[in-house]
Amino acid sequence: MATLELGIGDEVAVSPGMRPRRLGALFWMAVGWMIFVFAAAAFAGLLPLPSPTDMDMLGRRAPISVLHWLGTDNLGRDELARLIYGARISLTVGLCAPVIGLTIGGALGILAGYCRGRFETWVVGSMDVLLAFPPLILALAVTAYLGQSLLNLTCILGVLGIPAFMRVARASTLTLARREFVIAAQALGATHARILLRELLPNVFLPLFAFFLLGVAVTIVVEGALSFLGLGVPPPISSWGSMIGEGRESLEIAPSLAFLPAVAMFLTVLSFNLVGDTLRALTDPRQGAL
Amino acid sequence: MTTSALLCAEGVAVDLATPRGNLRAVDHVDLKIDAGRTLGIVGESGCGKTMLSRAILQLLPRKAKLSGHILFDGQDLASLDPKRLRKLRGRSLAVVFQDPMTSLNPVLTIGTQLIETLQEHLELNGAAAKRRSVELLAAVGIPAPEQRLTQYPHQLSGGMRQRVAIAVALSCEPKLLIADEPTTALDVTIQAQILDLLAREQRRRHMAMILITHDLGVVAGRADEVAVMYAGRIVERAPTPALFKKMRMPYTEALLAALPKIDTAPHTPLPAISGRPPDPTRPLQGCSFSPRCRYAADRCHREKPLLTDAESPDHQYACFYPIEITAGVGA
Repeated sequence: MATLELGIGDEVAVSPGMRPRRLGALFWMAVGWMIFVFAAAAFAGLLPLPSPTDMDMLGRRAPISVLHWLGTDNLGRDELARLIYGARISLTVGLCAPVIGLTIGGALGILAGYCRGRFETWVVGSMDVLLAFPPLILALAVTAYLGQSLLNLTCILGVLGIPAFMRVARASTLTLARREFVIAAQALGATHARILLRELLPNVFLPLFAFFLLGVAVTIVVEGALSFLGLGVPPPISSWGSMIGEGRESLEIAPSLAFLPAVAMFLTVLSFNLVGDTLRALTDPRQGAL
Repeated sequence: MTTSALLCAEGVAVDLATPRGNLRAVDHVDLKIDAGRTLGIVGESGCGKTMLSRAILQLLPRKAKLSGHILFDGQDLASLDPKRLRKLRGRSLAVVFQDPMTSLNPVLTIGTQLIETLQEHLELNGAAAKRRSVELLAAVGIPAPEQRLTQYPHQLSGGMRQRVAIAVALSCEPKLLIADEPTTALDVTIQAQILDLLAREQRRRHMAMILITHDLGVVAGRADEVAVMYAGRIVERAPTPALFKKMRMPYTEALLAALPKIDTAPHTPLPAISGRPPDPTRPLQGCSFSPRCRYAADRCHREKPLLTDAESPDHQYACFYPIEITAGVGA
């Protein structure tokens, strides 16, 4: 038996780390689209684009031409420029808001799952209150009192995401905190901070990160919905949601005005979900364990 | 009791509040272990072995209530402030758990787990800690230790993982190692290897060890002294040779009889102990083993026998009608 064990050990030692796995064309297409959108949004200022806010009342709803690659909108603004500058807003909100949820919700969840007791009751209770509060009313109230701005929009969506992240973090912490490796760490004299940061956080981070990518996708859609309702970023700044909203007015004459931002949003959200799923499956070292 | 012992537990009791009432998991246990010695604690599942080890480590569940004194190196662990207790754990007190599948962090590499423990306690720099980790892994019999450092626990077999867990426990040269059923989750052939490894490292480091198991066969050749636990109490305690030569407590005898032996004929029924341990939330008036004891008499159901050293100061047992001395009288 000893020799057999050594035999297995040597085999493992030959190929340390993960076995390379085919990621598939779909994954690379999703990554390609994400890189394309990110690059376009980041370098929008450097691209030879017409201004997204310059109106041309004589060239409203112009068809595709050399001057306007994707035509112009209801007010004669370049559609491609508006799409790219809109990507800036959608991606900023889509990434920043879940980060707020991830940090605050994740921290509260891990602490609640580890400390239990009165702190947990308090956290879960306040999250239930936040969940029960109608999100649209909150968004309306905040924008009405503090005004429409990118920062306010991000904060609203971020705060609304906290309960979900808290629940994911708390649920995984609850199961992990009972495991023997946490007791073993305590038996080795680890402090509470050490157990939280080194033992629990790396374990909780994987499900949280998978949820984060889902959160990005959802937030982009929700930002679109809020902008569509006129609660998003104030005009003339464009975002995909507000572009769909504006395109609605001329749906019969120029359907592409609503259709193009919708396609951009669809492809981006789909890419985030695809990449998130694949990365989670790849980086989870627990697969095959237990 | 003398205070020269490394670990000296007096009147340790652990109470757990359960929905069905108070559960006394450990009931007035006295223990003593000297440096470099091995104490085997034997008993069936649920008799309080693990709770006793958790009590020594001060790692009881939050709802548990501990009473009694646990003196380690002259310090009472129960009243030690958290900071000094943390220093003591790992440095002087270490533990190896039953299941190597869950006692290592699944998302950290073996190297990270070992090196961080070393850096934390011995204040080594990164390179020195890494060197020492490789030495430790080699000492516990892991081939290609340098490559192991970059691997995750799930890439190792159960026996390998238990070796890593032992390496982590030994990393800071503890004075007392508590091995809580270290071989129960392992293959029988690996069991002997792990036990030999523990015995070898113990001799080399001159550390004391508490070996907790439900298998009398495990402690037979490896413990200096054996304490048999039943329903939260120690019912017999003796140096290992004395215990196996003339056991006094019927429970010890029943435990030994329930071990399969290599020389019995095939298809011989195993004399299992009938019945189950008593419900710890409803303590019995008499001896807790009396409902299952073949020698039980009236007195056993009425009174609780105390742990006494009737014959020799080394051999203690809690029984009114010990085997051999009064054989046949209680039956």
